Amino acid sequence: MNIQVNPQQLALDPASLLSVAGVSRFYGERIGCADVSFDLWPGEVLGIVGESGSGKSTLLRCLAGIDKPDAGEVLFRGGTEPLDIYSVAEQERRRLMRTAWGIVHQNPRDGLRMDVSAGGNVGERLMDNGARHYGKIRETALDWLQRVEIAAGRIDDRPRQFSGGMQQRLQIARVLVSEPRLVFMDEPTGGLDVSVQARLLDLLRVLVRDLGLAAIIVTHDLAVARLLTDRLMVMKDGRVVEQGLTDQVLDDPHHAYTQLLTSAVLTV
Amino acid sequence: MNAHQSVGENNKPAYNYAYLDEQTKRMIRRALLKAVAIPGYQVPFGSREMPLARGWGTGGIQVTAAIIGPDDRLKVIDQGADDTTNAVSIRRFFERTADARTTEATDEATIIQTRHRIPEAPLKSGQIMVYQVPQPEPLRKLEPHEAETRKMHAWAEYGLMQVKLYENIARFGEVTTTYDYPVMVNGRYVMAPSPIPKFDNPKMQRSPALQLFGAGREKRIYAVPPHTSVRSLDFEDHPFRIQSWEQPCGLCGAADSYLDEVVIDDQGGRMFVCSDSHHCETRRAEGHRGAMLADASALHLVEDEAKS
Amino acid sequence: MYVAVKGGEAAILATHDLVAEARRGDESVPEIAVAQIREQMGLACGRVMNEGSLYDPDLAALALKQAQGDAIEAAFLMRAYRTTLPRFGSSEPLDTAKMAIRRRVSATYKDLPGGQVLGPTYDYTHRLFDFALMDEAAPGEVQARPAAQPLDASMPRVPDILGAEGLMEEEAPPEGDPRPFDLTREPVSFPAERDVRLQAMARGDEGFLLGLGYSVQRGFGNSHPFVGEVRVGEVCVEFVPEELGFAVDLGEITLTECQMVNQFAGSKDVPPQFTRGYGLSFGHSERKAMSMSLVDRALKAREFGEAATYPAQQDEFVLYHSDNVEAAGFVEHLKLPHYVDFQGELELIRRIRRERQERQDKHADQANEALPEAAE
Repeated sequence: MNIQVNPQQLALDPASLLSVAGVSRFYGERIGCADVSFDLWPGEVLGIVGESGSGKSTLLRCLAGIDKPDAGEVLFRGGTEPLDIYSVAEQERRRLMRTAWGIVHQNPRDGLRMDVSAGGNVGERLMDNGARHYGKIRETALDWLQRVEIAAGRIDDRPRQFSGGMQQRLQIARVLVSEPRLVFMDEPTGGLDVSVQARLLDLLRVLVRDLGLAAIIVTHDLAVARLLTDRLMVMKDGRVVEQGLTDQVLDDPHHAYTQLLTSAVLTV
Repeated sequence: MNAHQSVGENNKPAYNYAYLDEQTKRMIRRALLKAVAIPGYQVPFGSREMPLARGWGTGGIQVTAAIIGPDDRLKVIDQGADDTTNAVSIRRFFERTADARTTEATDEATIIQTRHRIPEAPLKSGQIMVYQVPQPEPLRKLEPHEAETRKMHAWAEYGLMQVKLYENIARFGEVTTTYDYPVMVNGRYVMAPSPIPKFDNPKMQRSPALQLFGAGREKRIYAVPPHTSVRSLDFEDHPFRIQSWEQPCGLCGAADSYLDEVVIDDQGGRMFVCSDSHHCETRRAEGHRGAMLADASALHLVEDEAKS
Repeated sequence: MYVAVKGGEAAILATHDLVAEARRGDESVPEIAVAQIREQMGLACGRVMNEGSLYDPDLAALALKQAQGDAIEAAFLMRAYRTTLPRFGSSEPLDTAKMAIRRRVSATYKDLPGGQVLGPTYDYTHRLFDFALMDEAAPGEVQARPAAQPLDASMPRVPDILGAEGLMEEEAPPEGDPRPFDLTREPVSFPAERDVRLQAMARGDEGFLLGLGYSVQRGFGNSHPFVGEVRVGEVCVEFVPEELGFAVDLGEITLTECQMVNQFAGSKDVPPQFTRGYGLSFGHSERKAMSMSLVDRALKAREFGEAATYPAQQDEFVLYHSDNVEAAGFVEHLKLPHYVDFQGELELIRRIRRERQERQDKHADQANEALPEAAE
C-alpha cells in the first residue's frame, strides 16, 4: 500500500471534492498531525480511525477550517472555483460553514443552541441563508425532524428536554437542512448507549446514501467505520499509517498497528 | 447661572460652550459624518466622561453638544414628555452650558433629544432627532462578544436575529419584542432603534428628519440620514405590526397615538393618556376632548385648559 | 397636563437642597474640613483618586465630602472634572526603582537587597476596636520612632533580580515604543492590548478586581502567584516641556506597585520561566495593586496561548465591567421612568394571556394531545 501521493497531482485532480495536501499541525514540539494528504470524491465517506491521541481529531479540526494547520493546503471544489480554505477570507470560510459544509460534533451541546427550540435549531441555517417565510421554514424543519425520527410534536421543545440520542439526531438535522456537499463528523455516536448508537448509525447510513453526501468521520470505533465508511485512514502518532477501502483495511490489515487495532475488536 | 464663560472673566475656570471642548466636538462630528455616510453602522467614538451618569443620556447629550449652536431650538423629551425628571435635567444642562433656547413644541424645535419616544407630530426636513441609546448593539443579547458581533455586522450575518423572532412566534404566536425592536437600515445594517416602543418604528421609515443615535457608555454613534429605508424585521407571513389600544386617549380623544396607562385609584381604575404630552396639550387646545377629561380635571390630575 | 407624571423643575431643585441638608447632618456636630479628610481619610482619598483617575488629594477629599463618603459618587465627581482638564502632554515614564520607599515587602525572598521594610500597614494589627479613638481629643501625640539605620539607597525590584538570571518573562515595549493608548480619548477595541488593559484596571473598581483576582486564586483561572514584591512610596513625576527640551520636576506622587510572579510552563519557542502580573495604583492601596496584578496576569492568557475559559482571563468581560462609574450609571438608570417600554410589555402580556385563554377554551375538549416522545 502506497500512502505517498504527490500533492501537486492531487490538487489538480478536478474530479475530487476535497484535496488535502501535506497538512501538519504541531502543539509546541509535539506533533498533532503530520503530512497528511488525500482526496475525497463526491458522495464518498471517509473514515479516520485511531486511538485517542492519534491526531485524528486534530486533523479533522484542520480539515474543517476550525484550526489553521502549520503547513499544508486544503482545496474544496464545492462551487465553480476551487477554494483554498485557509487562504480565503474568514467571511468566505464562515459562509461555507453554513452552506456547503456541515460539522457534527461529538457532544450535541457544541453543535446545538440549547435554549432555542428544535424547530429554531433546524431553521437557523435556512434563515442564515436568507429564508424569511415562517411557514415555509417551519415546514422544512418539520420535514427534517421526521427524517431524523423526532416526533412533530416536539418541534417547539428545547434540546434540553431531549435525550442524548435525540439531541444527536437533532444536530444532524440542523446540519443537513442546508443540503451540504460535505459533512465532518467527530465521533458522532460517542457517549451514547449501544442500542441508541445502532439506531443512529442506521439513520446516518440512510441519510448519507440518500443525499449522496461526502463525509469525513472520525471515530475510534471500528464498527462505526465498517458500517458507514467507504474508505479508511488509520492514524498513529499524528501520521497516516495505512489507508484503503474499508473492508480491505479491516479484513486484511497490513500495518502492525492496524492489526493491533482490529484484533482488539472482537465483533466487527 | 451660565457655566460657560471664557477663562479670564474673574480669573475663574469655566466650562466651554456646551460643556465639551471644541476638539472633542470635532471628534464627535467626524464620527457623526461617518455614521451618516454608512447608515446604521455603529461608529466607535471617544465618548467623554460627562457630569451626568452613564445610562442617563450621556451619548445623546454629547451628540447634542457637538451639533448645537446659538440658532438652535432644543426640545428634550423622556418617555414622550417634556417634564419628566431626566428631560428637565438635560434641558437645564443645555440652558446652563449653551444658553440653549428651549421649546416644548415639536414643530418649533430644530433639535429634539429623546429617550424612548418619537413625537407624534410628523417630523420635518431640517429637524434633527437625537436618540439616547443604552445598548447600541442589537445582537448583544444573542452574542455577548463585541469582537464577534462586529464580524456579524461586517458580513451581514443576521440569521441568528431571525432565529430569535422565529422563537417568539413559535412560542407566543407573534414577535414579543415591544420596544427596541430591531430594524434593517438601508437594506444593509441591522440597527437598534433605541428603546422606543415598536409603535414608533414606522415613523423612522424614510423620515425627512436626520436621526442621530448616541450611546455614551458603549461609546458608539450611528445615524439614519433623511429619507432612508428603515424596515422592522419580520417574516413574510408574519408581518411587523404595532401596538394598538381599545380606547382613545382619555384626555384628548386621540385614537392614533401611543398611550400610557395611569392608575388613578386603588380600585383598579385606569386612564389611558397620550405619552406625548405636547401632542395631547396641542389637541386639547384645539378643542379635542377625551372621555375622562372632566373626571381627570375634577381629580386635579390635569389642568383643564378649556375651563381656565 | 397631568400631575401623576409631572417631574417638575421645582421638585428636582428641592432634591438638591435635601441632599445638602442630609450631607451636613446634625448641625451641633462640627462640619468636617476637606483638609481633615485628606489627612485622616487618606486611604479613602487614594481609592477615589484611583477610580476617579486623577491624582489630586485635595479634590479627592472634596469629592468625598460632597458625596457623603460614597466612594463611587466621589470618583464620578473626579472623572467629570478630569475630563474637562486641558492636556499639556505626557510625563516621562516613572521609575519606581527610584521610589522613596515607605513600605516594601517580598514574599519570594526571605531577605534581599534593600531588605524587607514593613512600614505603615494593618497587616499585623488585631482588628479590635481602639475605643480611645472615640474621644474627641486625641490621646497624646503619636510619634513613630525613626529606625536605627537609614534605608538602603538602592531597592532593586524583585522581577529585575529574576530577570537578571533570565528567569522572568521579558517585557519589551511594542515595536517602536508607541505612545500608550488613552482610553479616555479613544474607544477601546478588542482584543485589547496590555496598555489598554492596565489603564482600564488602574481606574477599575477595587471590589470588582478583588473579586476577579480572588477567583483566579481559587481556581477560576490557572494561576500560582507569588507576591514578588509590593512597594509603597513617593516617586517624582517629570515632564519635558517642548520649549525647554529637558525634564523638569512636577512634584511627587504616592504610588503602590505590585509585581506578582507566576509560573509558566513554556512553549515551543520559550523555555519555562516566570511570568509577571503587574499592578500600579495611586496612594497607599495594596489591595488594589495586588488584585490588578492577579488579573493582569490572567489577561495575558492569549499572549501565552493559554485557554481563556474564566471571566478574569477574558478582556472584554474584565474591561467592560470593571468601570464602576459606568456600571453604577447604567444600573442606577433603571430608576429613570420606563413607563413607555413597560406599557408595551403590559399590552403584550395582557393580549397573550387573553389569546391563550381563548385558545384553551376553544380546545377544551381536545385537551388530550399526543404524548411527547418518550426519552430513550
